This record gives sequence, structure tokens and C-alpha cells, in this order.
Amino acid sequence: MDQSYLKIDRVFKSFSKGAKTTEVLADIRLTIDKGEFVSIIGHSGCGKSTLLNLVAGLTDVTTGAIKLEGREVNAPGPDRAVVFQNHSLLPWLSVYDNVKLAVTKVFGATKTKAERHDWIMQNLDLVQMTHAADKRPGEISGGMRQRVGIARALAMEPKILLLDEPFGALDALTRAHLQDAVMDIHARLKNTMIMITHDVDEAVLLADRIVMMTNGPAASIGEVLPVAIPRPRDRIALASHPDYVRAREAVLRFLYERHRFVEAAE
Amino acid sequence: MSVTALKPREVPTAPSAGQVLPLPVVARPKLRLAGLGRLLAERVAPPVVVMTLLLVIWQVAFSGGGSGLPAPTDVWEQSRELILDPFFVYGSQDIGLGWRVLTSLERVAYGFGLAAVVGVLVGAVLGQSALMMRGFDPIFQVLRTVPPLAWLPISLAAFMDSRPSAIFVIFITAIWPIIINTAAGVRAIPQDYRNVAAVLRLNQIEFFWKIMVPSAAPYIFSGLRIGVGLSWLAIVAAEMLTGGVGIGFFIWDAWNSSRLTDIIVALVYIGVTGFILDRLVGWIGRVVSRGTAE
Repeated sequence: MDQSYLKIDRVFKSFSKGAKTTEVLADIRLTIDKGEFVSIIGHSGCGKSTLLNLVAGLTDVTTGAIKLEGREVNAPGPDRAVVFQNHSLLPWLSVYDNVKLAVTKVFGATKTKAERHDWIMQNLDLVQMTHAADKRPGEISGGMRQRVGIARALAMEPKILLLDEPFGALDALTRAHLQDAVMDIHARLKNTMIMITHDVDEAVLLADRIVMMTNGPAASIGEVLPVAIPRPRDRIALASHPDYVRAREAVLRFLYERHRFVEAAE
Repeated sequence: MSVTALKPREVPTAPSAGQVLPLPVVARPKLRLAGLGRLLAERVAPPVVVMTLLLVIWQVAFSGGGSGLPAPTDVWEQSRELILDPFFVYGSQDIGLGWRVLTSLERVAYGFGLAAVVGVLVGAVLGQSALMMRGFDPIFQVLRTVPPLAWLPISLAAFMDSRPSAIFVIFITAIWPIIINTAAGVRAIPQDYRNVAAVLRLNQIEFFWKIMVPSAAPYIFSGLRIGVGLSWLAIVAAEMLTGGVGIGFFIWDAWNSSRLTDIIVALVYIGVTGFILDRLVGWIGRVVSRGTAE
């Protein structure tokens, strides 16, 4: 039964602050195959970022287990690289050095200096950022920073790439460019990706499966929708594709009919 | 230093709409020269004017025969040698003020250097743990208000020698703001950077050098800047009591032999040195923490 690549098994997560305990996630069960692209969508505050942090190992599960290739996840590590919502590049390092920090740490023992340099440039090339290698994060645009964040994560050669609303803060055009870049990378490297999003189009366009989360507290997985649209996907051709329209409608129905977000529910 | 230079430069008349004009690139070098003139008028002139004015007032107020304090002209007449030649050596106790300042600076270097290293390390450890911080903070807050000289008798008793005592007084005076600021800086490290460090599995030492120091640099350096100022305050006071050839002892010695004009020259030396120290640490801080703020 341990054939699955990533297995999230009956995970509960609660935070306690003083005497008060809030249950954030309840009974999350999900298995993800190698090379699969999974989008997790839900209203804000539903705990989807918490779920990603659990997989990343940045926070601990309360009960249940998360297993990657049969081995339990209980600490962060470069095999589960994270692309953070706000890029999280170190502002005092150049673009090159930001990626280098990760590469030196992960491949310091196995690759020579020249190989590491090539690997850094290769990953910057993957996100088309070689031209800005010597710039600092403060000198490049938000979209470029996010590209570098992706390059840094990819450079760790992770088993699974976790993207935490990576394009949430970007304008629509930049976002579309980056979505194409991510699709391209996924097609080339065939890596496993989990992406948190609150954008329905983004979820449908990128994902093999869309995991829809119910509202918190004690959020759980409401529905899982496979998206069987063949790749490579083209956003313009897709706009009128019946499968795309159906998938989009299904997600919208879930989010706005069955699990309407109630502001200030507490 | 003419007043007319303060007048704003005339703004060239705007071209009429619809007309395409090349940008005035040629005017650039001329502009830079004018900019220099303006900079002089705006930045250099005011302090020079104020200082001249104060000197004149001082001269007028104290030039009468019955005044207890010397006027600027008296200072110039009686202590000219101290002003003109900071680096004369006439004997082991009779040396120029430049040498004395350097002797004091050497003590400050030891005391402050030690305070900087220990302060940053202790601050880094405390900043990582909210519990430790809660435990130690009240003690620091109390100790940091103890005036430098109050430490002197205790350190004399502990070290039985004036030299290490003076250095200890500097150390103990300068270290509190460094610890407190470093701890604040470490606590202010964004969670994002901690997450990056966690995903990369940076160890403690890597985290210290690659994340903590650069991220907390602005805080650390504001602590160091306060610390260096306090060091300089402390050394002058400590030297008055411990003796030696430092600038502090020079003032005490001049007072004992009623050389008031020498004291005034020494005060200027101390002030200027303290100012330079402050700016130096501030400048290093700006260079080091360049890029920390996005």
C-alpha cells in the first residue's frame, strides 16, 4: 500500500494559543503520484498554506503522518523545496548568490565548484533569469523575484516542489507568463508539484488534479477533481475547450455554492 | 559664503506644448559645478557662520580682566603649540594631544572590541530564545543605566591595576546597548528567512553568518554606534581617575596645574574624536548592511 509517492494520511492539525486550541485541518487524506501536478484551492483562511507547511515540514502534524517515498516527513529539507508566496529571497545577496546558497548547501559535497556554477546558471536559464544574475532582489521586478525563487527551489533538485500561492502578488499578465514558465518546467523536468492557489483559472490550467478544501476551522478536503486535459496546454485554445469549461464550472460551484466563504465567521 | 548663492537657480522657461526639444545633456558639467557651489552654500556655510558667531560671543563675554575663564584669543596665545602640533614628544609625560588621543583610543579599541564580540554573540543567543530574553532583559535594563564610573572601584578591586580596569569599564559600559540591539535585531528576522534556512537545513553557524548577521546588521550597528559613543564617554572619565597618558588624564593634570586653555583645546580634541568615531561606525554599518533593506 506504500506505492504512493507522497501520502498524507489522516492528518489533523491544531494550534493552541494559551488555553485555546483551534483545529485547523481535520482528517486530510491525499496521495500524490510521482510527476503529478496538484493544485490545492480554497477560500483564504481554510488552512491550505498550513497543509503545505506540513508537507514542507515547517510545522508538525498534530496527529497522522505524511510520508514521502515511504519515509515520514518530520523536518524541513531540500527534498521538499518551497517557493514562498513573497519570494523570500535574501535581499543582501545577488540573484546568483541566492541560488548559490541553496546549491552549495545541497550539492557542496557531490558536485565540484565548476559543476555547481553550471548548475546555478542552468537553473537561472530555466526561468530565463541569467541576465540578472548579478542583480540584487531589490533591483528586479516582483515577477523576476518569483522566477528566481522558483530557480532556487528547482536548484535543490527536490523530490517535490511546493508552491505557496507563488503568483498571488503579481499582476495578471506577469502571472500568465509565470504560469507558462511553470508548465514548461513541469513538462521538461517531470517533477512533482503541489501548488496552493485561490485562482480558479490557475488551478485548472496547471493541475492534473484539483484538491478543493472546505472552509475552516477544521477544514478538510471537500472534493478532488481530475483535470484530464492533454498537455501541452495552451491558455487561448483552452478558453473554449469543453473539458476546461466544465472543470472551471465545477470548481466555481464548489467554492461559491456549496462552500461559500462567510466573512468574519467567528 | 555669499548670501546670494542661496537664491534658487532660475528655472528655464518651459517650452511651448507640442514642440519636441532635445534634453539638455550638454548643460550637465556646468550643472555639476553649480551643484557644488550650492552644496557649499547649503551645507558648509551655516555651520561656519554659527561657529564664528559663537566664537565672537565667547570672545566678547570673557575678554574682560575679571572673568574666570579664558577667551578664544587667550586659548590661542597660551596653548598654540597644542593646537598646531598634535604629535610632539618632549618627554614620556609631555606629549602632543594627538598621541594622547591615540593612547585613549587604544584602550577604547580593546574594551569596545571585546564588548562588540561578546555583545553580538550574547545578543544573538538571547534573541533566539524568548524565554532567555524574558529572564535576562530586566537585568540588562537595570545594569545599562549604571554610569560608567560607578563600575570603576569594583573593577579596580577585581583587577588591582588601572589599565585593565579602564578597559573593563569601557567593556561593561558599551556592551548593554550592543546586546539589547542585537537581540532585538535577531528577533526581528522575518519568518521567511527562517523558513529558507529551515528548508536548506542551515546549521547554527551557517545560520549565524548567512542569515542572522546580514539580516540584523542595521540593529547590530545601531547598538555598536551607541556603544562606541558610551566607550568614549567612559574612557575620558576613567582616565581622570586612573592616570596614565590618555586624554582624560591630561585634562585632570591641566586642571591641577591651572592650565585652563589646555583643557579647552583637549575638549575640542575629545569632541572631534568622538564625532569621528560615531560617524566611522555609522559608515561601516551602512556599508555592511547595504542591501539588507530592500
